[in-house]
Amino acid sequence: MTDSLPYIVAKYNYWLYVILMMIGLYAMIAKNNLIKKLVGMNIFQTAIILFYVSIGYKTDATIPIIQNAHGGHDAHAAVIHAADYINPLPHVLMLTAIVVSVATFGVAMALAVRIYQRYQTLEEDELRMRISEE
Amino acid sequence: MDNYPALIVVTPLLAALLAGLAAWIEDRLSYPIALMGLALSTFFAFKVLMQVIGSGTIHYRMAGWAPPMGIEYTIDLLNALVLLLVSGIAFLNLIASYPSVNQETNDRAASFYTIYLLFVTGLLGVTATGDLFNLYVLIEITSLTSYAMVALGDRDRGPIASLNYVFIGVIGASFYLLGVGYLYLKTGSLNMADVAHILSGIQGSSTVLVGFILCMLGIWIKMALFPMHVWLPNAYTYSPVAFSRVVAPLMTKVMVYVMIRLMVTVFGLDYIFNTLHLADAAVWLATIAILAGGVMALAQKNLKKMLTYIIVCEIGYMVGGAWMGNQLGMTGAILHIVNDALMTFALFLAVGNMVYKLKTIDLPDLKGLFGKMPWTMAGFVLAALSIIGVPPTCGFFSKWYLLLGALEAGAYHFAAALIISSLICAILFFKVFEICFFESLAGGHETAHGVVEIEEAPVSMLIVSGLVSLSIIVVGLYSGTIVNSIILPFLK
Amino acid sequence: METIVSVKPLLAVLVTLFVIPVLVSSSGKPNARESWIFIAGTIKLVLILSMLPVILEGKQIVLTLFEIAPGASIAFRVDGLGMLFAIVAASLYIVTSIYSIGYMRGLNEHGQTRFVSFFALAISATIGAAFSANLLTLYLFYEILSLATYPLVTHHQDATSKISGRRYLIFILGTSIGLVLPAMIYCYHVTGTLEFTTAGIFADQLSKPGATVLLLMFVFGFAKAGIMPFHTWLPAAMVAPTPVSALLHAVAVVKVGVFSIVRVLTGIFGVQLLGDFNLGVVVMTIASVTILLASCIALSQDELKRRLAYSTISQLSYIIFGVALLSPQGLLGGVIHIAMHAFGKITLFFCAGAIFVATGKKYISQMSGLGRRMPFTFAAFFIGALGVIGLPPTGGFYSKWNLILGTLEAQQTLFMLVLLVSSFLNAFYFLPIVYKGFFGKSPDEDDTTPVKIKEANLCCVIPLMITAVISIGLFFYPTIFVNLIKVGLAIK
Repeated sequence: MTDSLPYIVAKYNYWLYVILMMIGLYAMIAKNNLIKKLVGMNIFQTAIILFYVSIGYKTDATIPIIQNAHGGHDAHAAVIHAADYINPLPHVLMLTAIVVSVATFGVAMALAVRIYQRYQTLEEDELRMRISEE
Repeated sequence: MDNYPALIVVTPLLAALLAGLAAWIEDRLSYPIALMGLALSTFFAFKVLMQVIGSGTIHYRMAGWAPPMGIEYTIDLLNALVLLLVSGIAFLNLIASYPSVNQETNDRAASFYTIYLLFVTGLLGVTATGDLFNLYVLIEITSLTSYAMVALGDRDRGPIASLNYVFIGVIGASFYLLGVGYLYLKTGSLNMADVAHILSGIQGSSTVLVGFILCMLGIWIKMALFPMHVWLPNAYTYSPVAFSRVVAPLMTKVMVYVMIRLMVTVFGLDYIFNTLHLADAAVWLATIAILAGGVMALAQKNLKKMLTYIIVCEIGYMVGGAWMGNQLGMTGAILHIVNDALMTFALFLAVGNMVYKLKTIDLPDLKGLFGKMPWTMAGFVLAALSIIGVPPTCGFFSKWYLLLGALEAGAYHFAAALIISSLICAILFFKVFEICFFESLAGGHETAHGVVEIEEAPVSMLIVSGLVSLSIIVVGLYSGTIVNSIILPFLK
Repeated sequence: METIVSVKPLLAVLVTLFVIPVLVSSSGKPNARESWIFIAGTIKLVLILSMLPVILEGKQIVLTLFEIAPGASIAFRVDGLGMLFAIVAASLYIVTSIYSIGYMRGLNEHGQTRFVSFFALAISATIGAAFSANLLTLYLFYEILSLATYPLVTHHQDATSKISGRRYLIFILGTSIGLVLPAMIYCYHVTGTLEFTTAGIFADQLSKPGATVLLLMFVFGFAKAGIMPFHTWLPAAMVAPTPVSALLHAVAVVKVGVFSIVRVLTGIFGVQLLGDFNLGVVVMTIASVTILLASCIALSQDELKRRLAYSTISQLSYIIFGVALLSPQGLLGGVIHIAMHAFGKITLFFCAGAIFVATGKKYISQMSGLGRRMPFTFAAFFIGALGVIGLPPTGGFYSKWNLILGTLEAQQTLFMLVLLVSSFLNAFYFLPIVYKGFFGKSPDEDDTTPVKIKEANLCCVIPLMITAVISIGLFFYPTIFVNLIKVGLAIK
């Protein structure tokens, strides 16, 4: 137990995202209310975004903007160490992923509105009852 | 000329924009634009296939950026084939769709065409891309559009079916994205070829294993492999029929393509079958999927829903074939992508014609249909025979390869499942035929002579239906050619 | 073996297929439709006969259409055996066409266009099966034939035919998919070929138990041959109009089943292998059980067509029995029984149909005294019965004689007893019908008034006269068929 503690702490970002993901998954599966499910879905997606963002991070690194890279006379002289800059690619990817998740969320919300208009409820069990009544 | 690979995908995208814009001016403009877009896309896909067969794999760099930094479209024999399949089916379906779109979603025809084009763009992009993250984005484009489409369908059940589809679709896509994250963690690259190259050196890594499993899980959810299929039947049943006709044959098949692509190109068959020991489990899963899909189909009372369960069953064929671990099985799986797409398309075309005339297609509604819609039923019968696996329809020949593969791998349970599913499908379809053949029309449409009047669907729908049904036989007879000139060279 | 490449076999198969659209388009004009059938049927027969001289010279005509996989193609090869079967089927098709005009119009049946179209399809498939060069092609045509016959069996579209149709499908399709398909794929898996060769395709890949199981899968799997316990579809199929029972369920369909088994025994396993493993006795035992049991059941049937059906079941097993003797005389007797039984049994069915058309009577118990009103029909019935029993002066004697010689040659005296007992049983269930027909007391007329001859219409009577005459003719001139078999099976 004492051995695994440092291991867990060292990889805390993974544990965090897994926990978040499970919370989201739980909400999507177990919650009865469609809006709560949607919230769960959002948490689920955010967990993955968090995972990606965290893997781009490096200790003691800065944002990947190279000063004076264009035109500056010292640019050629200065050696650029990749270790000094955090990896920008996962972050950029996540911009797209955020767009996707927002779009999905929007569609899902619109659907929820439609369902509410039709059945006057967002509770799954009631929905099921209404459908079987018809 | 050189830009054909990109044009295949970009043309429908542009057409979608145009069709959406044109609807502001005049609603009727969007249909010809859509038709034109897909016709061009099909043409480009055909050209590309010929080019690939002639001179080998095409590497197309998006905007000239070199991989692994830029996004690359890698068109080899497999995706050239699937591209043609997707664009061709989407195009043909659009021709047949005009009457049923007018009938079903009359007030929203323009938005239907726009979303339709975006959906096809997504599918084509998924097929063409050589980049793992790009693949994710395109899968999500496909999914988003199909969520919207399903909601356009049945006014009561559509939104609910769609929302359930959203939940499961998001889980699937997220798993895939997570898997890609793990791969990126280990390889630092997203280009398929590059990742494959780096992976070959680090096969033992558990990170790669987790990435692999997550990717597969995600794709399996998206392709509705039993028991992750629950979203599919409702979503496909309650969507507009013009959309079911294209989503049913294509969506799951493209996902199978993605699975095969990941297996063959990214992870490598050597890694999957020699390092990992998951193949047996996957084949068992496929076996169960085949049987469960068939049994669940037996319980259905609505024709469209019954067919959706057959899709679940057919997914098992392809997954099982791909995981068989030998060339025959993989050949069967790839051949079945083409064949299953064609026969499902033919079935749903016939269903579309029925819906157009009958409105509801619960099994008792189909009484006397052989007399009423003989041409539609002829197409339906042919497609059904292909699903059962009667030669010379194409369904027989992919089953042939799958069975051989199963025997070679010693997977007798899978072979047995294939045979049993053939028998189940025979029962299923002859149950339908019996209703159509023996029971006279409920409404009393018979004339004085006891002859049922023919009330067929519009000609455009019939022609497409006939064409696709014929292609089932033609593709079946030429399956040797397809295997020898496309599939085997790809697998070598 | 010298081979000639020619498209004639393909044409012979296709001619009745291509006439179907013509038949459908002339559905309003029965006379035009019927003449098209004759034209097509005659062209078919001429095409087949034009190949006869070449075949008799010991050459073979081959044509490969589609290469599906190495060793498995869709191909035709005309040899003596196929030629014999094709001649029988094609010539009887023409005769039956005349007969069905009389029968269908005489009873004013519905759906005649559908009937003749599927009939044409069925005969195409029969010829295709006869000319198949390998098991795959044979299986293909076998399945097409099963499906083409279904709408014929269920022609009346009522509750009885629905149940019969269901039974027909379960047995025919169930066994072909469930038994033959896996057996065939296993053969291909083991040997890599499905080509029929006299030596068989197996070298030493099979153990005795394996070979036995495989053989049984084939023998029972080709359920059209009516081997017990997979025979019950045949009596059930008697609900079909009589021309169907006559041509398909006495000649084409059932003999395709037998022919398939013969092909598998002689072309896939090979006489040598069967002899080494002593498998001939196994098949012979199965056949003997069917011969005797079916004859006994036939005795108890009162419905004439059902009695004929059980007689057919028993006679079909003669053929298998003869081939399983594995001796030259046995092979000759068995295979030639395909032709001899065909002419005899079709005469009997024609008579049953003619009686039904003229009097509406289906049951033997109602038929006493009927021979005086329908002398031609009953005379033909007598000749047909002699043929089936195997008495001179009919062709049936020739085959039975050779079968008995075969048992002696193979030193299977016990099995000779089976043949003799069965012949007695045959006589018991046929001859009383004829006797009572001519000399029995008629229930609905008193004996003092002179009997008026009241036959069915000419189109019904002429065909049965023709086949009866041919049946006698074959006693005197069996040479062509004998030569064909000798050429086909390379018997001295």
